[in-house]
Amino acid sequence: MQKRFTRMFLRNNRLIAYVIATALLIAAMLLGISIGTVSVPVLTILQLIGAEVLHLPGMGTIDSMYTTIVMDIRLPRVILAGLVGASLAIAGAAFQGLLRNPLADPYVLGVSSGASVGAVLVLFFNLSLPFIGIFTLPIMSIAASILTIFLVLFFARQIERSMRVETIILTGIVFSSFLGSLLSLMIALTGEELRQIIGWLLGSVSMRGWEYIAIIIPFFIIGTAILLFSSKELNAMSFGEERAQHIGVNVARRKLWILIGGSILTGAAVAVSGTIGFVGLVIPHLTRLLWGPDHRHLLPLSILLGAAFLIVADLISRTIISPTELPIGVITSLIGAPVFAIILIRRRKERRG
Amino acid sequence: MLSVNHVTGGYPGHDVLHDLSFNVEKGELLGIVGPNGSGKTTIFKMVSGILKAQAGEILLKEKTIASYSAKQLAKVLAVLPQHAEQAFPYTVKETVSLGRYAHHTGWFQMWSEHDETVVQKTMEQTGIAQFQDHYVNELSGGERQRVFLAQALAQEPEILLLDEPTNHLDLSYQKELLDLLKKWTRETGLTVISIFHDLNLAGLYCDSLLLLENGKINLHNKPNEVLNEERIQTVYRTTIEKHPHPTVPKPQMLLLPEKQAEDLSGLIIDERYLDRSDERITLRSPFPLRTMSSGVVGSGTGWYTTFVNRHVDKSYNCSNHREEMLEYLKGHMIDPTETVGMMTAVRLEDVAYKLIEEEGVSVFIVVTAGVGNAVDASRSREHIYEPQPGTINTWVFVNGTLTDEAFIQSIMTATEAKVKVMQDQDVKDAVTGSSATGTSTDSILIAATQRGKHLPYAGTITTLGKLISQGVYTCTTEALQKYRARVSV
Repeated sequence: MQKRFTRMFLRNNRLIAYVIATALLIAAMLLGISIGTVSVPVLTILQLIGAEVLHLPGMGTIDSMYTTIVMDIRLPRVILAGLVGASLAIAGAAFQGLLRNPLADPYVLGVSSGASVGAVLVLFFNLSLPFIGIFTLPIMSIAASILTIFLVLFFARQIERSMRVETIILTGIVFSSFLGSLLSLMIALTGEELRQIIGWLLGSVSMRGWEYIAIIIPFFIIGTAILLFSSKELNAMSFGEERAQHIGVNVARRKLWILIGGSILTGAAVAVSGTIGFVGLVIPHLTRLLWGPDHRHLLPLSILLGAAFLIVADLISRTIISPTELPIGVITSLIGAPVFAIILIRRRKERRG
Repeated sequence: MLSVNHVTGGYPGHDVLHDLSFNVEKGELLGIVGPNGSGKTTIFKMVSGILKAQAGEILLKEKTIASYSAKQLAKVLAVLPQHAEQAFPYTVKETVSLGRYAHHTGWFQMWSEHDETVVQKTMEQTGIAQFQDHYVNELSGGERQRVFLAQALAQEPEILLLDEPTNHLDLSYQKELLDLLKKWTRETGLTVISIFHDLNLAGLYCDSLLLLENGKINLHNKPNEVLNEERIQTVYRTTIEKHPHPTVPKPQMLLLPEKQAEDLSGLIIDERYLDRSDERITLRSPFPLRTMSSGVVGSGTGWYTTFVNRHVDKSYNCSNHREEMLEYLKGHMIDPTETVGMMTAVRLEDVAYKLIEEEGVSVFIVVTAGVGNAVDASRSREHIYEPQPGTINTWVFVNGTLTDEAFIQSIMTATEAKVKVMQDQDVKDAVTGSSATGTSTDSILIAATQRGKHLPYAGTITTLGKLISQGVYTCTTEALQKYRARVSV
């Protein structure tokens, strides 16, 4: 009874949930900006943000070295990590709800494989499109991911007009496998770009700068908006599509929107940072364990936790064996998996007890 | 309210329904019955907008189903599914609240006071308010069913579709749910359409039944018309029997299990099974007999294997003789639930019994008779009622298959034979001095093996009637003479 009470208390105090999640995100951001080869005091960071971002007067004088480190390197990196984490987490939450499967992740429909093929093609052939130059890779990658999701949906529709989620998942798996072997083919054939390709595939948010933030932001806003406006429908659909239809949801149309929204987010995230695993699977799961499955709160809370988690993971990846940087995808899984296992076991015990 | 006009359709490349038409009025409780694969669920999917009809139209409140948006439809029509998926642990209240979805317009509409009232009311009505903070997946099957009923009701529908609502419910919840639905149709004008597997439940609660057979309507009518023995046998391809419900004027369909191949057909009930002592006469049948009797225990109709005629003293006077008789039987290792028991003050050595046979039908008669308190039935008003152990107990065992009609006629025939004995033996009513017709507490038992020859009638000049009247007449006469011989000595 005590445990139930605790759980109900956590779930009924949504305000507390938002406060905690936001505090975590702010703390993660400050840590991410502060820690590194050159340590930047938190007070300086606040001053800097006040002066440079908010253009507040009277922020005092700040060492220009700090300004460069924070504004050109750490802040964009932290923001990018946050956006990628947020995108993957909310997309994962939405896919899990839509597919009624807590094991689904944003990559389940093959979008990430599509994005990877786009990016690796650029690396493999050393492509550089006119006018966009260094942004060839992310742009190609996003284009490939969007193409993939439409192909998946098109084929799923060919198989079955009503597009049941099982059909969509199967089609996604087929595409993932196919695109995955294309990737392997390119890796097998490549010579000197191997390290670059592998590095990209493992994921990283380093040395991206504000331009990458500019690339992901429109997709992040559109994708997030689509999903947040579908949260009630996601609640209904977790009781099955027929049930949702009976409750009054236009299932066919809404399903398409959610798939597109989630895929835009995933595609953009993969395009700017490679395939970072685990965030999209575990963050929604964790959020659901803590604050319940209501998507109206699950989605925004996943954004906050996902962002905080990836910022911390990135911080660890670049500091743990400094100066060498580990791929961020390795870190997310290395910390994520055991933490998740502990939560699951404790939750199980609590249920039995 | 709902009218289905010439609807044909089903799944791609496979039409399940063929030219189906029916109407449902406001406040009606319509049951849809039919064997597996007859199209019950398909018609539900069409009416609820999940499947589209290939031909024909479905009108809901004079508008075609297709012209409703999903939300508009959900405000008029709600569905209680057989199973709802449970992917995530929502609480009861969260689940029920989802039913309000269709009443919210736009993206920013907040939870209103009215929404809260409706949700609380439906949780009260379905008896789940006390669970509202529990997780749905922690509830029992019956409780969960009521959560989804509450969710459907929170839609404030005018028409409710239920797909086998009693499927996972135990008896008391089945009754509770259906009573509730019936009440709502009466009080709030809610229209209910429900699929039933259980024909008896359907017959008990529905205003009308729609019997589907291979995607076509076999009959849409009152339950008593639809639940016709031959019709159900043909549609369901099985043997059933229709009987009236014992307490409410509704039909009940009973399954008949396949007769097991035990060879008892040659057995006839006769004195081999009779066990006599001064204390009681017992007949133990090797198989249950269908009986109609006026015993102290096991009276009315039923199936019994043991028949007891117990001697009690003249002074026997017990305020609760039925209870005492049950105790007596238990005390003598006789199972009262399988026994028809009678009492008599007559000495049991005066019993008369006889097996008579004719045209392959046999009847075994056992009579104990005493006329200490003989009564003329035509002047019975002159008697004061004082219950005494019966003095003429007549047992008629028929080796044959009787109809209910034959049972009743057997009682009449046996009684007439008994009255004739009273006249011929010149038994007088001590109070009125006129000719007696029996005693004040006579009992009768008709028991049939329900094997062998089919005997539809037992009037006095039918084969069976002749056997009964002859047997009862001779045995009663003999028993009476023995009794008189003893009394005069």
